[in-house]
Amino acid sequence: MDIRTPNQGGTRVAQRYDAVIIGGGHNGLTTAAYLAKAGWKTLVLEKRRILGGATTSDEIVPGYTFSVLSYVVSLLRPEIIRDLELAKHGLEILPLDGTFTPLHGDFLWRRDDHAATMREIRRWSATDADAYEEYGQLMADMARFIKPILGMVPPDPTSIDPRDWLGVVGLGRDFARLPERQQAAFIGLMTMSAADFLDQWFETEPLKATMSASGIIGTFLGVRSPGTAYVLLHHYMGEIDGAFRAWGLHKGGTGAISAAIASAARALGAEIRTDAGVSRVLLTPAGDRATGVVLESGEEIAANVVISSADVRRTFLQFLEPGILPEDFEAQVRRFKFRGSSGKVNLALDALPTFTTNPGGSEYLRGAVSISPSLEHMERAYDEAKYGRFSRRPYVDMIFPSLVDPSVAPPGKHVMSCFVQYAPYNLAEGAQDWDNQKEAFGNAVIDLVSEFAPNLRDVIVEKQVVSPLDMERDWGLTEGNIFHGELSLEQLFFSRPIPGWARYRTPIRDYWMCGSSTHPGGGIMGANGRLAALELLKARRTKVA
Amino acid sequence: MTVGTAFHPRTAPLNQHLQWREWSGFFAASAYHDSHVIEYNAIREAAALIDVSPLFKYELRGPDAVRLVDRLITRDATKLTPGRVFYTPWCDEHGRVLDDGTLHRLDDEGGAQVVRWTAADPQIRWLRMNAHGLDVEVRDVSESVAAVALQGPLGRDVLEAATGASFADLRYFRRRGATLAGIPIDVSRTGYTGDLGYELWIPADRAVEAWDALVVAGEPYRVRPAGMLALDVVRLEAGLILIEADYTSAVHSHIPSQNYSPYEIGLGRLVDLAAGDFIGRRALIAEMAAGGPPRRLVGLDIEWPAIEALYAAQSLAPYAPPIVSRTPVPIFAGGRQVGRVTSTGWSPILKKMLGLASVGLAHARTGTRLAMEWTVEARRGTVAATVVDIPFFDPPRKRA
Repeated sequence: MDIRTPNQGGTRVAQRYDAVIIGGGHNGLTTAAYLAKAGWKTLVLEKRRILGGATTSDEIVPGYTFSVLSYVVSLLRPEIIRDLELAKHGLEILPLDGTFTPLHGDFLWRRDDHAATMREIRRWSATDADAYEEYGQLMADMARFIKPILGMVPPDPTSIDPRDWLGVVGLGRDFARLPERQQAAFIGLMTMSAADFLDQWFETEPLKATMSASGIIGTFLGVRSPGTAYVLLHHYMGEIDGAFRAWGLHKGGTGAISAAIASAARALGAEIRTDAGVSRVLLTPAGDRATGVVLESGEEIAANVVISSADVRRTFLQFLEPGILPEDFEAQVRRFKFRGSSGKVNLALDALPTFTTNPGGSEYLRGAVSISPSLEHMERAYDEAKYGRFSRRPYVDMIFPSLVDPSVAPPGKHVMSCFVQYAPYNLAEGAQDWDNQKEAFGNAVIDLVSEFAPNLRDVIVEKQVVSPLDMERDWGLTEGNIFHGELSLEQLFFSRPIPGWARYRTPIRDYWMCGSSTHPGGGIMGANGRLAALELLKARRTKVA
Repeated sequence: MTVGTAFHPRTAPLNQHLQWREWSGFFAASAYHDSHVIEYNAIREAAALIDVSPLFKYELRGPDAVRLVDRLITRDATKLTPGRVFYTPWCDEHGRVLDDGTLHRLDDEGGAQVVRWTAADPQIRWLRMNAHGLDVEVRDVSESVAAVALQGPLGRDVLEAATGASFADLRYFRRRGATLAGIPIDVSRTGYTGDLGYELWIPADRAVEAWDALVVAGEPYRVRPAGMLALDVVRLEAGLILIEADYTSAVHSHIPSQNYSPYEIGLGRLVDLAAGDFIGRRALIAEMAAGGPPRRLVGLDIEWPAIEALYAAQSLAPYAPPIVSRTPVPIFAGGRQVGRVTSTGWSPILKKMLGLASVGLAHARTGTRLAMEWTVEARRGTVAATVVDIPFFDPPRKRA
């Protein structure tokens, strides 16, 4: 029997590992660290030359470090930071304060000063200011109610083991205890569109539009699509230092988060190899159990367990030979929705751009800057995407990391990160046409931002445009989906990635998953990697016992 | 009446929320920005300017200046050669700590030794009383010398940009003169942040010009003013004690337990019993011969999951207060109180709740598990806390 506690008895062939992890993104590294901590001989194999997957920084322009893809962090689980002592390994998250929404001739600036934000919203609508407080209170309560899910392994709906259901029962009990008004709001969050949900509260267009944006990030849905209200909440669960709803930046870019986790994993004994792409998972002749991997170089590595942090499509359709998986399972994998919808424009700047109408100084650029003047702007951006065009006037979420962390740019210079939606992977002309349209896409973003900050073009030193096709080709993000699959309700919790397979296992024995395609989804949380490792460790002990 | 420091014309308009506290009779900004965390980050990621002018400052001048120092401090003052800076406590005749501060040996002038003595509390009477029979003049320069701490990993870049001189050679706890915007200043490689940093000693009548020059030079490095709230967080991370919070000066104590020996506040390493006589030495020798004082200063790693559980028990989301608390809190072992936690706060960089505590010797060993009182919604509970070594945060750049 190969199913045994690692490091216990048995003969060990050279190069045999207790666990091999495919992919050195933040989840793969987290899984590796936890397994290594438990004493497993662990190896991480990363295809790219640098670690981090989508959690990566790179000095694209000399002196300027870009967080190439993911650019903010809020959900990185505090238990991971503590368990792996990430602070000792260089983790430094800096808060990102406020959101500035530029408009033609005006602006809306919410900041980390309650009274100033209230006064600002009151300038637009006195009732909205009151509603804003109540809304914040409600969402904090909702987030608190739903948040335990992030640290919980989803139960198997077919399981009758009561232990699996304890967490959910607790959640049900908490739900029953919520005041009726909050229960109603919860149902609304689960069923409504972000726009409809916010319409119940607010009348100020730029406020609603900017808030609605978090309902669509990483989905191929518009602010008026049902189901997007829940995603609002998902993004509301961020937590930094015990305070809800705070977004942060990582010093040195998001790649430094991966570097910290990698350093912790190495210190715990894990091996990590880059430029080591996996081409196939090795199976027993019967095809029912994983025994190792084959690298693109042809090298074979034996392992007791193989864990894939790649997305669900790569995990099952690329690393396995066709016909291995049960047919219905494979069909469900094919149906799992990716539909990448966003792109990234990273700029190296000589100086900060000046927004035509601004509150003075440069503090207003210290947080997020959001091009989201109205719900109509947001929905029209989606309209184009539906028919395979990138938004000519997209939603853009910008940050200037160098204002908070000067280490990412030369003194006095700046970097600017633009998250852009929509950039549909599937263009009308086909995904491959992204290479032809990328330049125009980048220009559309710069043109749009220049409407509000006319000197932008003058201060650009260099630009980097990342299309969904680039994300797929260079980072292995299928269809360019930043979350390894849409964060839509039907693809969450015990349905993520496949109903009945939410517990990090696969139909192939000793082949496990730990990436963002699994519960609780994408974002720099690390929860997936941690839960997968803990579940695997638990399973092994159980088998031995 | 509280008055402004020499930098007040510049710091006042920057204090957006009019958040001032009083420090030795001067206005000291609690925070300048929307949140002091912005300033905390400037100290840890970029550079910050902290007005520390309210410190008491004395100039000791004369052939016997170092002899006076040697009478008073617990360290060997003969090693305080020109260009060096000492951090040290000083005691009364019972070996109880009066205050702690930095002493800067300035360059000799003619045959005279010159020492700048900084302190949290007034010391002129103590200094003059003990100068009896020595050829030394003690002057209070508290108001004529302004002081600003330039702290943070980019602090050296800002200083070099502002002065046009290299400071790569100025080592940790060294000082030297410099020129900033034509103003003669003194620069020491010191600070209260546990980070790379400097303190600049500036003629008060030119403080505003100096501030302006630092701000201009610091702009590309995102230099920010930082207030006392941010300073309190970084000094806790650095394991640096604060008078009247982590210990009481013998001057202000009313009962014996409010008196502290240097060995009880983590400053034992700064007591050199072999290096000649100083006030309190005999008492400290006797104390050590008797087995040492009964208490020790320790660092605490306070378990966050335990705090979360106290909140969860009341169906609340956990909350980490962003400000360091100086309210003393009891700490227990086996249900019995064994000391008090004197400073408690969240470290944003370590993602941990930290504490400085004064506990009985038997409970001071690294790794000892204690239980600290923690109150949520006015309901008392306890949380586990482990004794750990301080500093909690000690980046190599601090000394680099």
